[in-house]
Amino acid sequence: MAVTGPGNAGRIELPENVVVSRLDELANWCRKNSLWPMPFATACCGIELMATGASKHDLARFGAEVFRFSPRQCDLMIVAGRVVMKMLPVLQRIWQQMHEPKWCISMGACASTGGVFDTYAVVQGIDRFIPVDMYVPGCPPRPEQLIQAIIDLQDKIQREGTITGREFDTAGRQLRKRALVEADELLVIDAARNPNVQRQLSAAARRS
Amino acid sequence: MPHTTPPVDDVLAAITERFGPLESTVFRDQTSLVVPEPQSLELLGFLKSRGFDLLVDVTCVDYLEYRGAKHRYGLVYLLASTTTNQRLTVRVYVDDPVSAAEAGPTVRSVVGLWQAANWLEREVWDLFGIRFAGHPDLRRLVMPEEFTAHPLRKDYPLQGRGERHNFPVITRDHS
Repeated sequence: MAVTGPGNAGRIELPENVVVSRLDELANWCRKNSLWPMPFATACCGIELMATGASKHDLARFGAEVFRFSPRQCDLMIVAGRVVMKMLPVLQRIWQQMHEPKWCISMGACASTGGVFDTYAVVQGIDRFIPVDMYVPGCPPRPEQLIQAIIDLQDKIQREGTITGREFDTAGRQLRKRALVEADELLVIDAARNPNVQRQLSAAARRS
Repeated sequence: MPHTTPPVDDVLAAITERFGPLESTVFRDQTSLVVPEPQSLELLGFLKSRGFDLLVDVTCVDYLEYRGAKHRYGLVYLLASTTTNQRLTVRVYVDDPVSAAEAGPTVRSVVGLWQAANWLEREVWDLFGIRFAGHPDLRRLVMPEEFTAHPLRKDYPLQGRGERHNFPVITRDHS
């Protein structure tokens, strides 16, 4: 490592085996390339999920090597299939049992919006009750579509991820709810001590 | 050679001898009997003793918006005999009781005759609201336990009354 001459003032020559990066990017690269899916397959999309994991459209190429069926060991939940209202508390419990950082793919029309089943028992989209990162349209989506969703999710993780998971801390980023009209009078709760109110009351008394 | 079920004429003759003439229809070698509710349990017991040892299904039809219907619910018992291969359908028409608008009708359970009726009658109770007197464990089968309505009745809307979205929302920072 040597500081070179006047043409490259201030630039440091690195040997070939040294990489400079940010910790966030490094962590994102590790996480995106080893997404372990938790297959929450309830219906027909589950078959396509299995097909995506099989040998012809191999999901293991993208790091999703093991389909762990324990939520404690996964970081990507793929909800494949319609979710009925009897199943939704189970889905929420599985989601809560996964460790952070975790992401969710809603695969197929039924998981995204309820699909063709607009009935009394089917939840019209799991994103009403679970935070979802990727939606895959289709009934069922082809394996290539699911792979595209995984690739897009990998891009999202690389772009937006942090090593500590700060991007999941959404409460701090949400706008504080404010009243439509903010008036100075509202800061003084006691009307008797509010000078504006006193002024208006005395003016009204003088007028009457 | 097409498969046809053997005729049930002998069974019908025995029934007519014992219970009097009952309304029956035949459609493409499927015979269906209508029996009024006070005699239904006796008739089904009699059919079981005649060799109809398989209760294929217990289901129901809601005739609330059907033109020309005389009763609201048509209970359907599908019976089959594993020894003689005969099949028979028994229909029992019931109505809502006059006193209570929300509660459904009550019929006697056939669990004593066929054990399969346990879950089949639970399903009919769950989806139609027909009570089965004498059922050992009458509770909901397919809908969640805390569900209150009976969804397959004709006066229940297809999209439900909001039960499907009555759950807590989990956001990113909760989980």
